[in-house]
Amino acid sequence: MRAFTYERATSVQEAANLVAAYPNAKFIAGGTNLLDLMKLEIERPARLIDVNGLELDRIEATPEGGLRIGALVRNTDLAAHDTVRRDYGLLSRALLAGASGQLRNRATTAGNLLQRTRCPYFYDTNQPCNKRNPGSGCAAIDGFSRQHAVVGVSDACIATHPSDMAIAMRALDATIETVKGDGTGRTIPITDFYRLPGETPHIETVLEHGEIITAVVLPPPVGGRQVYRKVRDRASYAFALVSIGAVVQSDGTGRIAVGGVAHKPWRSEEAEAELANGPGRAAAVLMADARPTEQNRFKVDLVERMVAAIFTEARG
Amino acid sequence: MDFTSTVSLKVNGQPYQLTLDNRTTLLDALREHLHLTGTKKGCDHGQCGACTVIADGRRINSCLSLALMHEGDEITTIEGLGQPENMHAMQSAFVRHDGFQCGYCTPGQICSSVAVLQEIATGIPSHVTEDLTGTIALTPEEVRERMSGNICRCGAYSNILDAIFEVAEGTP
Ligand SMILES: Cc1cc2nc3c(=O)[nH]c(=O)nc-3n(C[C@H](O)[C@H](O)[C@H](O)COP(=O)(O)OP(=O)(O)OC[C@H]3O[C@@H](n4cnc5c(N)ncnc54)[C@H](O)[C@@H]3O)c2cc1C
Ligand code: SF4
Repeated sequence: MRAFTYERATSVQEAANLVAAYPNAKFIAGGTNLLDLMKLEIERPARLIDVNGLELDRIEATPEGGLRIGALVRNTDLAAHDTVRRDYGLLSRALLAGASGQLRNRATTAGNLLQRTRCPYFYDTNQPCNKRNPGSGCAAIDGFSRQHAVVGVSDACIATHPSDMAIAMRALDATIETVKGDGTGRTIPITDFYRLPGETPHIETVLEHGEIITAVVLPPPVGGRQVYRKVRDRASYAFALVSIGAVVQSDGTGRIAVGGVAHKPWRSEEAEAELANGPGRAAAVLMADARPTEQNRFKVDLVERMVAAIFTEARG
Repeated sequence: MDFTSTVSLKVNGQPYQLTLDNRTTLLDALREHLHLTGTKKGCDHGQCGACTVIADGRRINSCLSLALMHEGDEITTIEGLGQPENMHAMQSAFVRHDGFQCGYCTPGQICSSVAVLQEIATGIPSHVTEDLTGTIALTPEEVRERMSGNICRCGAYSNILDAIFEVAEGTP
């Protein structure tokens, strides 16, 4: 690990200023992703700003009937929160399907959204990787790509976003509240938050340097049967091959967000409109532009089967 | 540029003030600075659970936390749970049920086991909990799922499960 200076921020604005003022500074929250990557020198911040002292650990009802989740709420607390369990079951389920009890006790809401890919070549510093080292190439495209993305890919990168929680947040239409170094704040719908890899896979979200996430806001509950299904290589403590967060209404309409297939949570309004013609049609539209490799072609079939199973079971 | 900082924390009830290289993980602080070598370094990347300790009542991977991030925290390690002459119920149960072979993962397994029973008792749901709004049953399935962050390469899992159930049911 490279040496770094360490400061504990005492206010949101101070935290944003401290990071904004220094190109190589980073926030640290739970540390469960950042420290892992710092040990491998994939992340090399020279200055760490610890945000754990900020009072961003509350879950509150919003005047609109939704829920404001502080950026520092731990994954365990969010999954176990009574309102979340009752009205946003999909979010509890997605969180509980991820990582381990120990990790969820530390991992935060903002850190979870911003965790980086688990592409094995991103982790292997002997391999070319455009995300880790822009312009160096992509070892995955002609390598072992069974775990990689099938939609929204580019010639520069086929990595997936690994978060389970983000899939639920996307299905629930969450918005992300931030504060920047210049004191302004903004609200970013999660649909605009993540970027596709394109030519610049190292730029993963629309956040600016020094922009701190303060909360994630859920709109009022949408009801329906809420399902999070995760297919992985072992029954627990593994990242998704494919995961689906779905809301199924009694009339067969609903929402579908897919994980493990793209650089961001994958959802499409056109696909959901097709639910009227059956889940098979919806899945086909979702995967219409798929560009799989020989090794991950199975994910396209898997999405179709999972969507069909979820909608059939939820209505039966 | 200052690459060292000071942190005050309690470990097994004892207060400490440590001046550390900022890079020091909680795990390295416990082992290398406080010489509490019960907590083990396995993968050092949060994947194996050997470094599990209890911080402010919650189990965490001490390898993925900077010591500096634990200002004011109360840490309990395997040494704080019990000693050979005065063992914690979970330690005795692991001995009785042979919940280990080589023993390297054991401190982490035991810290996790103690916390898992607490988590079930306080109603924190898991991936296998059927009804998110109901009460949580103490079943082998629940315990196995919650213990999945602790890997045992000797494969003592079924004995570990027996030890945990013995403590949960209070029947030595
Ligand atoms: C072995 C293992 C297995 C795992 N399995 C899963 C899994 O199955 N599913 C899953 O979804 N996840 C999994 N995870 C990942 C885990 O969920 C993430 O590590 C965790 O959610 C990150 O949160 P954190 O608070 O620790 O983030 P940190 O590591 O503290 O930070 C991550 C990033 O977010 C930035 N950041 C943090 N807070 C803010 C803020 N308020 N504003 C702006 N930027 C911020 C940091 O600068 C950093 O770049 C696993 C991790 C491990 C180690
Ligand atoms: S898929 Fe992306 S993250 Fe993986 S090696 Fe290629 S560029 Fe790097």
